[in-house]
Amino acid sequence: MKFDWFVLPFSIGLIFLVVYLIIQYYLWLNKLSASQLKSFYRIFFSKKIFLVIGEIFSEALLHIRIFKTNILLGFMHSSFALGWFLLIVTGAIETQLFASKPINHLYEPIFFKYFNTHVPTDKLHKIFTFLMDLWLLYVLSGIFLAIVKRFYSRILGIKKTTKLFWTDQVALYSLWLIFPLRLLAESSSTAIFHHGSFLTNTLGSYLEQHIHLSKASYALWWAYSVDLFIFFVILPFSRYMHIPTEIVLIALRRAGLKTEKKINSISQFEIHSCSSCGICIDNCQLQIVSNRNNMIPAYLFQKERHKKVLKRDLYDCLMCGRCETSCPVRINILNIKLARRNEKLTKRKDAFHYLQQLPIETKNTEVAYFAGCMSHLTPSIIRSMLKIFEKFQISYEFIDKDGTVCCGRPLMLAGKYDDAQKLIEKNIQIILASNANILITSCPICYKVFNDEYRLPITVMHHSQWLAQLFHNRKIDIKKSTTKISAVYHDPCDLGRGSHIFDEPRMLLQQFVNLSETSPYKKENSLCCGGSLGNFYANENDRVKIARHAYYQLVHEESCLITSCPLCKKTFQKVAEKPVFDIAEIVNQYML
Amino acid sequence: MKSFQYLKKIDRTIDYDNNDRALFYYLMRVEPTVALCIACGACTATCSAGNFSTLDLHKIMLSIRRGEKVYIAKEITQCVLCGKCQLVCPKNVNTRGVILQIMSFLQSSQL
Repeated sequence: MKFDWFVLPFSIGLIFLVVYLIIQYYLWLNKLSASQLKSFYRIFFSKKIFLVIGEIFSEALLHIRIFKTNILLGFMHSSFALGWFLLIVTGAIETQLFASKPINHLYEPIFFKYFNTHVPTDKLHKIFTFLMDLWLLYVLSGIFLAIVKRFYSRILGIKKTTKLFWTDQVALYSLWLIFPLRLLAESSSTAIFHHGSFLTNTLGSYLEQHIHLSKASYALWWAYSVDLFIFFVILPFSRYMHIPTEIVLIALRRAGLKTEKKINSISQFEIHSCSSCGICIDNCQLQIVSNRNNMIPAYLFQKERHKKVLKRDLYDCLMCGRCETSCPVRINILNIKLARRNEKLTKRKDAFHYLQQLPIETKNTEVAYFAGCMSHLTPSIIRSMLKIFEKFQISYEFIDKDGTVCCGRPLMLAGKYDDAQKLIEKNIQIILASNANILITSCPICYKVFNDEYRLPITVMHHSQWLAQLFHNRKIDIKKSTTKISAVYHDPCDLGRGSHIFDEPRMLLQQFVNLSETSPYKKENSLCCGGSLGNFYANENDRVKIARHAYYQLVHEESCLITSCPLCKKTFQKVAEKPVFDIAEIVNQYML
Repeated sequence: MKSFQYLKKIDRTIDYDNNDRALFYYLMRVEPTVALCIACGACTATCSAGNFSTLDLHKIMLSIRRGEKVYIAKEITQCVLCGKCQLVCPKNVNTRGVILQIMSFLQSSQL
C-alpha cells in the first residue's frame, strides 16, 4: 500500500471541506420553500442541465465575463480555475493509466510523483507528464499576475484591488504557496527519479547542484500537504467559498431563483459566490469621489459573510446599479441591499393616515399623466408635456396637478417597503379612477415602481416612450427652418439599467438633434448623475463631484446634454456650462 | 375670556430643563449637516406630504434642537422621503439622511 504520513494533512483537510460543504449547502437548501426546491431539483432532469454545465465551464472555469472586461484579469482568474481543474483531471487520468499498482486512495494522484518512481517510457505517458508540467506553468503564470496585481494593480488595468479580511489573507497566501510548493516538491523527486518533463526536470537538475535533495524532497512534500490542509480548512470561512458556491448558484439561477424582497438562503448562495474580484470597485462613482469603501459590494459581502454589516454600509449607496451590470458572477446586488435595508426599519401602523381623506374623482380620459414629485421642481418638463397633449388634442388627466401622493419608490429605497404599500394602494385607486388607457409619467423613478410593483391593468409609459410612439405614428412634424443642435443623451439609471429603455429616446432624439454617441458611458454603462434617492449619507459635496465627473465624461465642447429624468436634469444643472434639456422640452421646442 | 372672543394663551415656553436633547447630539454625530439648517422653510413649502398633512420639516428641524421628541415622533411618520426638500434646501442639509436617522433613532428608543 502506498502510504506516507504526509498524506494525512491533505486527506483530513479535504474530508473536512467536503463534509462542511455538504452540511452547509444542505442547511441552506433546506430553508427554501417546497416550490423553490422543486424547480431547483427539476433542473437536473431537464435540458437546462446542459446550459448549467455550459455556464459552469464558461464562467466558473474560463471566466469569459471577466475576459470581456479585462483580458489580463480574465487570464489570471482562468489560470487559477481552469489550470487547477486541468491539473486535477489530467493527474487523475495519468494515475489511472500509469500507476504500477491499482490505486486505492484519493491522495495518490496528488502525490503521484512521490509514490510513482517509474521513468515514463511510452509516448502517451510522456505526453501526460508534459501536460502536467504545462498546466502547472499555466497556474504559476496566474500566480505571478496575482502577486503583481496585489502590489501594483494598475499594471493589470484595475485601479484598486480588494482589501482582505484576515481569513481571506490566510487563504490567499496558502493558495499562492500551493503551486510553487508543488513545483519544488515534484522537481526534487524528479531530480532523484528522472520521471518529470520540461519544467520539473530542468528545475530538479538545477536544484540538485545546490541542495541535498533526498532530505529536502521529503520536507517539501510535507510542506505541500500541510499547505493544502490550511487552504482547505480556511476555504469555507474566506472568499474562496465562491469556488464551490458559484456552481450551485449557476444551477439556482437557471432554475429561475434569485433574491427578491427578502434575504433568504438563495441570498446566502449569492453572498458567498462573490469572489471579491474587485471589478465593482472601479465601477463605483461614489467610491471614486469620496474614497469611502463601505458601499462596494465586494466589501459588503465580505462583511455579510462575517456578519459585520453596519447601517452605513447599506444606506451609503447610490443604488445606480453600475456594480450589478459589471459583476461577472451576476449577483443581484441591489435586491440584496434593499432586502437588508428592509430589515433595518420596522413598519409604522399610524403612517400616512392622511391618505384616506384624499378625494378620488372619477374621470373619463384617454391618458393619465403622472408628473412625479421631481417633475414639480422642473416645471418646464410639465409645461412641455401639457403643451404636447393640447397640441395633439389628447384628453388627459393630470393626476398630481396639486402635488403628489408619492409613487412609493423613495420609501422602498429607504427600506420601508410595507409603508410604501399604502401609497401604492392609494395611487392605484387614483389612477384607475381616471379611466385612462395609458399612464404616462415624466419620472423614471416612478416609471420603475409603476412597472415593478403596481400591476396596473393599463399600459405604463415613460414620456420618452410615448413621444417616440407618437413620432412613429407620424403625428409629430419637425420645424424645417431651424438648424439642429448637437447633443449627447444621458441614460437615467432607473430608465436605462433599471427598466432597459435605451432605444426609444435615442430614436426620437435623432430626429430632432445631432446625437453624438461617442461616449463609452452610454446604455448599460451609463453614469449616475449623483442625485440618486438611494443614498442617505452622501453630502452635497459628493453629489456635485459625481455630477461634474459624469457631465464632463459625457459632454464635449459643442454639444449640450439631454436626459429624460427630472432629477438628473436638476442635478446636472448645478454643474453644467450649457442648459440641460429634458427630452420633452426638446420635442416641444422643435415640433411644428 | 372666551366669551370675549379671546383664546386662552397656550404656553410656548421651551423647557430646556426637561427636554431631552439626545436626538440632537445623535444627529450631530451621524449626520452633521443638520447643524446647517437656518429654518428658512423652503422644505416645508415644497413638501409632497405637507400638501395633505401637518408635516412641517422646518418645525421638526427646530424641534430637534429644542429636544421636543414627542412632537417629532408624531410628525415624522407622515414623511414619504421623496427628497424634494433636499433639492430645494439652500444650505444643502442632507434632509433625507436626517429623517432616516431620526426614524432609526426613534425606533431604537421605542418612541
